Amino acid sequence: MKSVFSLILLVVLGAGVVFTLSSIPFGSTSSDVGEYYIDSGRADTGATNIVTSVVVGYRAFDTLGEVTVLFVAAIGLGAILAAGRENEEKKKAEWEPASLVLYTGCRFLFPLILLFGAYVFIHGHLTPGGGFQGGAVIASAFLMVYLGCRKKRISRTWARNTESISGLVFVVTGLTGLAVGGHYFLSNFLPEGTLNTLFSAGIIPIIYIAIGLKVGSELTGVIDDLIEESE
Amino acid sequence: MSFLQNNIYYIGAFGLIMIGLLTVLVKHNLIKVIIGLSIMDTGINLFLIAIGYLRNGTAPIFSSPEVESILMVDPVPQALVLTAIVIGVAVLALALSLAIRLYKHFGTLDLHKIKELKW
Repeated sequence: MKSVFSLILLVVLGAGVVFTLSSIPFGSTSSDVGEYYIDSGRADTGATNIVTSVVVGYRAFDTLGEVTVLFVAAIGLGAILAAGRENEEKKKAEWEPASLVLYTGCRFLFPLILLFGAYVFIHGHLTPGGGFQGGAVIASAFLMVYLGCRKKRISRTWARNTESISGLVFVVTGLTGLAVGGHYFLSNFLPEGTLNTLFSAGIIPIIYIAIGLKVGSELTGVIDDLIEESE
Repeated sequence: MSFLQNNIYYIGAFGLIMIGLLTVLVKHNLIKVIIGLSIMDTGINLFLIAIGYLRNGTAPIFSSPEVESILMVDPVPQALVLTAIVIGVAVLALALSLAIRLYKHFGTLDLHKIKELKW
């Protein structure tokens, strides 16, 4: 009964979608605001990656909100798991050690993946990538360490401090822009430099590095919480 | 046939959204419901990217000074999806932690046996 009802709901929904999208042909329309960003994004923000100039330039305040959502989700996960852990006897499960291939591979690849993640978020304004992607890459490096070297744990105070400081850098940069540069939060108060060089685009690389460190340490904390729960 | 070729990304994206929605509505196992939510998330991201696509357009990145305003795809949906993916991961982890707590409290993940969650 319930599945029949669900199928009817899906059919109605699908018919509505087909009806609506039949007037929007695929691959031929572009929004006006997108064309404006492509035309004047380089002049306005100094970043050659237009997606970055939208994320950290035009809509940097939205990005602060997104980072806050991520922060709240990570905190909530930690709180929910910690609340369940209190009234439970500690029983340490013995973990089978990882195979030699995984162990050696993770020790070899860990610094390279960290380097790649750092490259991705430092060059966010020039090449494809940015803080969110670089942070995810860094968290994947820590996940691999947890899989390969099962006894290793990162220090939670270290992760928490990195997260707090990078979040603070984001907000302080925005407030400095408000005070020094212009009339709005997160306005660009540093020189934009020459296009296509590493030191360009004003505050965009600073904010993207902060976002990269913040996302990386937050996702690492999430992985750490979940792994600790399974022990 | 040309309808299928012209709209294959829309069809794929909404196929994923529908599969995810059906999973959420029909399945009893909480883990499967969460998997359905994740599939829906992927479908919505794919749909947003497909909306911004332009035929023969390139990525909106001026990778060298010589590149001039050639045909580029819409950067706005890409900027939205970029953050939505990471937040999707965090929300997925939050949902899984709630599932862990429910399992510890009720000893089961079957939504029919957890009386308070029945619809």
